[in-house]
Amino acid sequence: MTQLKFIPAIVFAMASISATSSMARESIEVVGSSTVYPFSTVVAERYGRASGKLTPKIESTGSGGGMKLFCSGVGTNYPDITNSSRRMKSSEFKKCQTNGVREVIEVQVGYDGIVIANSVESAPVELSRKDIFLALAAQVPGAAEGELIDNPYTTWNQVNSALPDTAIEVLGPPPTSGTRDAFAELALEGGCKKFAWIKAMKKTDKSAYKALCHTIREDGAYIEAGENDNLIVQKLQANPAALGIFGFSFLDQNADKVQGANIESVEPTFESIADKSYPISRPLYFYVKKAHVGVVPGIEGYLNEFTSERAWGEDGYLAEKGMIPLPLEERRAMAKSTRSLTPMTGNEALK
Amino acid sequence: MNKSADNLSKIKRSLTRRNRAEARFQWCGRVAIFIGLAAVAVLFVDIIGKGHGAFQATYIKLNVSYDQDLLGIENLSDPEQLMMGNWDAVPKVALREKFTDVSGRRDKRRLNGLLSNGAGFDLKDRLLANPQLLNTTESIWLLADDDIDTYYKSWLDGEAYAARLSDKQVVWIDQLHEQGLIRLQLNTNLFTRGDSREPEQAGIRGAVMGSLLTLVLTLILSFPIGVSAAIYLEEFAPKNKWTDFIEVNINNLAAVPSIIFGLLGLAIFINFFHVPRSVPIVGGLVLTLMTLPTIIITSRAAIKSVPPSIREAALGMGASKYQMVLHHVLPLALPGMLTGAIIGMAQALGETAPLLMIGMVAFIVDVPGSFTDPATVLPVQIFLWADSPERAFIEKTSAAIMVLLTFLIIMNTSAVWLRKRLERRW
Repeated sequence: MTQLKFIPAIVFAMASISATSSMARESIEVVGSSTVYPFSTVVAERYGRASGKLTPKIESTGSGGGMKLFCSGVGTNYPDITNSSRRMKSSEFKKCQTNGVREVIEVQVGYDGIVIANSVESAPVELSRKDIFLALAAQVPGAAEGELIDNPYTTWNQVNSALPDTAIEVLGPPPTSGTRDAFAELALEGGCKKFAWIKAMKKTDKSAYKALCHTIREDGAYIEAGENDNLIVQKLQANPAALGIFGFSFLDQNADKVQGANIESVEPTFESIADKSYPISRPLYFYVKKAHVGVVPGIEGYLNEFTSERAWGEDGYLAEKGMIPLPLEERRAMAKSTRSLTPMTGNEALK
Repeated sequence: MNKSADNLSKIKRSLTRRNRAEARFQWCGRVAIFIGLAAVAVLFVDIIGKGHGAFQATYIKLNVSYDQDLLGIENLSDPEQLMMGNWDAVPKVALREKFTDVSGRRDKRRLNGLLSNGAGFDLKDRLLANPQLLNTTESIWLLADDDIDTYYKSWLDGEAYAARLSDKQVVWIDQLHEQGLIRLQLNTNLFTRGDSREPEQAGIRGAVMGSLLTLVLTLILSFPIGVSAAIYLEEFAPKNKWTDFIEVNINNLAAVPSIIFGLLGLAIFINFFHVPRSVPIVGGLVLTLMTLPTIIITSRAAIKSVPPSIREAALGMGASKYQMVLHHVLPLALPGMLTGAIIGMAQALGETAPLLMIGMVAFIVDVPGSFTDPATVLPVQIFLWADSPERAFIEKTSAAIMVLLTFLIIMNTSAVWLRKRLERRW
């Protein structure tokens, strides 16, 4: 029976831990998107070093996972801020409301570009979103209008005769990734819409439209390479015939190994993503619980640091890390509403 | 006569065949070991080849002046002033004095980019430690930016990687090199600092401390519980359906994937008992659940290996069963139990999956000092660095792997040494 003696002791110890933990928390807790993670960590570190206070703790849980934790309730057991590489969904906003998280401050911080790249050893690629859709969708339009066939294309020049005669081989993120969601929405759906009858389908049968435009083929042409973008870069280096899909900051850091494909003749550069001429880019957000401001020390300081020009401005340190800033006017308005802690009204056009 | 000669030649022929079979078998074994060793060698060569650079960092020598007016500080003991102090200005002014011909906003930014953005804070720490330096000038080695570090190391190796640098920066570094004002130095930050998003400022101290705190807690909890469970099951428990059932379950638990323990920890410790996320307490509790089966199984094996004659002798001399276990069986089984515990701890040291669920896979800068400070552990640090876009983190990742491997080798060697030293054969 010796081991049973420990159980009440453990229960007691944990009850006392939980009693102390629910009282106060000294540092900010941030969860959410792995895409925003590299940027919010820089801000947190700068804030910690400059203020001499505890540095916020940042977990990379993915946008969806972060929202789930964030909207679970108010109190120090729940995170204060969640990062997201897409806007909050209306279902998530409702969940927040029902769990007592009534006032949520929305902050858009900038943009991220998704690039399609190949090794510098092979020729640069010119793609359109239509090419991407035809090459990577599970089902593509057949010869007759309205007809759908399983994707028959095995080489790029079958998709578009201007493209080279190489096998379609694309390394990209798995379905759990926010990058994959954004890629499906921006690149695949963008190309999908080029077919008039599919575009018309959006009004008549939205779920079929979405299934068609967002489903990536699973016959081996698209290879899921895990969440690690560094790995994709390495694999591209080893296999010059393949293309890879990842965030702009990885292209920026590995310019000697990989080159970005031009999408509809626009090269993925800092400038082209900022002025929105590069078509595959997405906004980045974070959300703050207003009820925690003033309770958990330092939230206001962190918000001020994040929304300062030296952080998210055109010459700021976030731009250095590969984040594409908002235009000046939007930045000013966003900084103002963030610093005055203006919560979401519930009338935003959430999806 | 004829028949026995026949038999003899038959045996002779079969002997050579059997000898050849044995030689083949031995060669298979040797080849297998060779393949194993070759894999380990490739791993080590790759990791050391990539990681050795991280133990050195690039420093630039500049004349800095701790000018009171520039810093905006009058009194070094006033924390308010220290916080507001313009620390970044000191290295910037030093750079501008070194390269006087630089003008224009863009070029000035590039010039400032030579140094780590933590250089100002480093000077702050230095000034606080040596207050007499205020209003003086000194020549000091300052930490360079990670892009400069990557470039300078690759340039010394003969394959310059200049994609992240502007042409002017390359010229400036050439000038510094000619004047002997740029050099590689031991990277102390790697061992004295916590995590950072700036590769040149990132260190493994936070992760090592987190691992230490978590493992101490795991050992404190799992060793007594595991050993008492093993003693009870082996020496006291009746052999019936229930103990069989328990044994099957313990063996099952030992084979459960570790992520399951993370989910269990999330449900029990965090959601039910409201233990805070990301702290060594919750990590230690989850790793305890994970290592318990290993410790119970190895402890039972150690107890079983104590010969029954010792138990019988003790009982025969009038010892109670409790005395027999405590005075005779336990001391003899302890070396085996310790070996099992060390191997269990080495397993726990290398785990990331269960910690993912309980928030220990996080960006934590401050070095944890107690069981209730947010912390991460070494393998998680490796994972986070491997996932970072900055090129300079590649060598940091390999360096952290080298440190983790060193700890694992030490632990496993001590397990072997303990077994050799203390084990008694019957």
